[in-house]
Amino acid sequence: MKILLMGNPNVGKSVIFSRLTGVRVIVSNYPGTTVSYTQGLMKLGEDTAEVIDVPGTYTLEPTSEAEEVALRMLDTGDVVINVVNATNLERNLYLTLQLLERKIPIVVALNMWDDTNHRGINIDLDKLRKLLGVPVISTVATTAQGIKELVESIPKATSPGVPARSRDDRWVAIGSIVDQVQQVTHRHHTWFERLADATVHPLTGGLIALAVLAGAFLVTRLIGESLISYVFEPLFNNLWAPVLLRLSNLLGGAGFLHDIVIGKLINSEVDFVQSFGLLSSGLYVPFAMVLPYVTSFYLVLGLLEDVGYLPRLAVLMDTIMHRLGLHGYAIIPTLLGLGCNVPAILATRILESKRERFIAATLISIAVPCAALQAMIFGLVGERGAQYVAIVYGTLFIVWIILGTILRYVVKGFIPELLIEIPPYRVPQWRATLQKLWMRTYGFLVEAVPIILGAVLVINILYFFGVFEAIANFTAPVVTNFLGLPKEAVTAIVIGFLRKDVALGMLAPLALSAKQLVVGSVVLAMFFPCIATFVVLLRELGVVNMLKSAGIMISAALITGGILNLVL
Amino acid sequence: MPGEKQVTLARMRAGQSGMVLRIEGGHGLVNRLNALGIIPGKRITKISSMLMRGPVTVEVDRTQVAVGFGMASRILVQPDNRATE
Repeated sequence: MKILLMGNPNVGKSVIFSRLTGVRVIVSNYPGTTVSYTQGLMKLGEDTAEVIDVPGTYTLEPTSEAEEVALRMLDTGDVVINVVNATNLERNLYLTLQLLERKIPIVVALNMWDDTNHRGINIDLDKLRKLLGVPVISTVATTAQGIKELVESIPKATSPGVPARSRDDRWVAIGSIVDQVQQVTHRHHTWFERLADATVHPLTGGLIALAVLAGAFLVTRLIGESLISYVFEPLFNNLWAPVLLRLSNLLGGAGFLHDIVIGKLINSEVDFVQSFGLLSSGLYVPFAMVLPYVTSFYLVLGLLEDVGYLPRLAVLMDTIMHRLGLHGYAIIPTLLGLGCNVPAILATRILESKRERFIAATLISIAVPCAALQAMIFGLVGERGAQYVAIVYGTLFIVWIILGTILRYVVKGFIPELLIEIPPYRVPQWRATLQKLWMRTYGFLVEAVPIILGAVLVINILYFFGVFEAIANFTAPVVTNFLGLPKEAVTAIVIGFLRKDVALGMLAPLALSAKQLVVGSVVLAMFFPCIATFVVLLRELGVVNMLKSAGIMISAALITGGILNLVL
Repeated sequence: MPGEKQVTLARMRAGQSGMVLRIEGGHGLVNRLNALGIIPGKRITKISSMLMRGPVTVEVDRTQVAVGFGMASRILVQPDNRATE
């Protein structure tokens, strides 16, 4: 049996999915968190049923890619659990009525039931059951209240056989149902709600946004740097370095195997950044340089997501984003991109048109550096002075604006307007927030660390056989004359296709000037996406658009690098 | 009805409430607004609007929705007679 979880965006489908299947999924407080479907298994009596977390949809007449996914899923299911936001029956029932017109058995989960009380909403469950003709269970997914009853009601799911209606008739029917089952006690706005409204007012909202973003940046920096200086650096320097040195002696202090495992010794010491062996830089880069920033970034992002701030930011940014050929909601994939470009490009599915998705995905892969790359920029460029880090970020930001403006005019089509639901602010539940942080950090560890180690291995072998030298000589004119970098930097740019953090690390032993390091960082960030991002881009954009996007990346990187080389 | 006021959502004042009269747009626009519960006959309250023809935030059925300026200009509202301020 295949059970589909369907409902409006941001009603808690993914939380219910986790409760039913035990499968952990990313949940946040904004519409469109789930853009592709997730499946899991649950026990249903003696049998095992397949459960699918379908992306949220307001209607079965799709208005976005995520909603089209939802509609396609509907034809494959046996039972639908229609998750309804109990605090907004009026709108949520529209999808319910559309589902009732399909010949598929339904159970309704009235979620966020706890919110109805303090919002002064009273719903007569028995009457609602009678009027809809299907089981209706009140649930609070975040605390598991009602989940057992929901599971027990699945076998009782029915399809009452409602004839197809027109849109207006559905609204009339909803009006009549709501009148009969729901009573709302009017109450005055609380100071909290007034404060909430201030975040979408032009002036106060703008100031609050600046404060929130600056705060987010500072906290990310503070936690990341503290983890590095108080935890990871001492661990590596005091515990791991002596072990490596002993191992280096065992291996004879030099040679092919030694260079692969330990790397080159610098002043007969292991240098975690420059040695570039599997057990030295291969572990130090992911764990001591990148992981601390990935963790702190995802903690801060998770809090912003769970509080429900991001849709407000989308409203505030809408006018600016329109200049880049996008609308405000594109700010959410962009922010996700500061963590990792892969989920960011998937998240562009919340945008309506192919054109917007192309622009957003291209801009993200070019001008939005992922947390791993940013950590390395802070680590390596930051060493030379904060002003150089500022130049890297400033350049990427200017590229984002200019390239977006160009794409807006070059890519044909119109810019759809912003139309989004703004969820109420919620106090993040620390368990859910920490679980999400763990999932993302763990994801980084299992996906990135093997590739980093593989990259270090490949680099050492290719070096040994002189392959890089051949490439370096071949491309030397462009790199040395145009970008002002030593020809060895080419190897880093090539490795950037595997992992950008490792690639930037490869610039460390080259004794670059601060200016060269800035040019190198910017070119690496823009040049070409890492392999994981490349695969997602290919899948999401198709071959032709991917090639177009790649062409833009390469030319933009070369032009920007060349200009920086001239100006700095 | 003669003498009845009507104004677009874009031109309503922040804090003002009213009833949606009609949506002047094609099937696509009506469909998308319909999905978010913005339909003729609904009571809405404008929360705010961004500067420079930015999006308008409205409350409908206790939920807030942000609507682009162009769309908001095509939503005709009959504001409440008793001005709240």
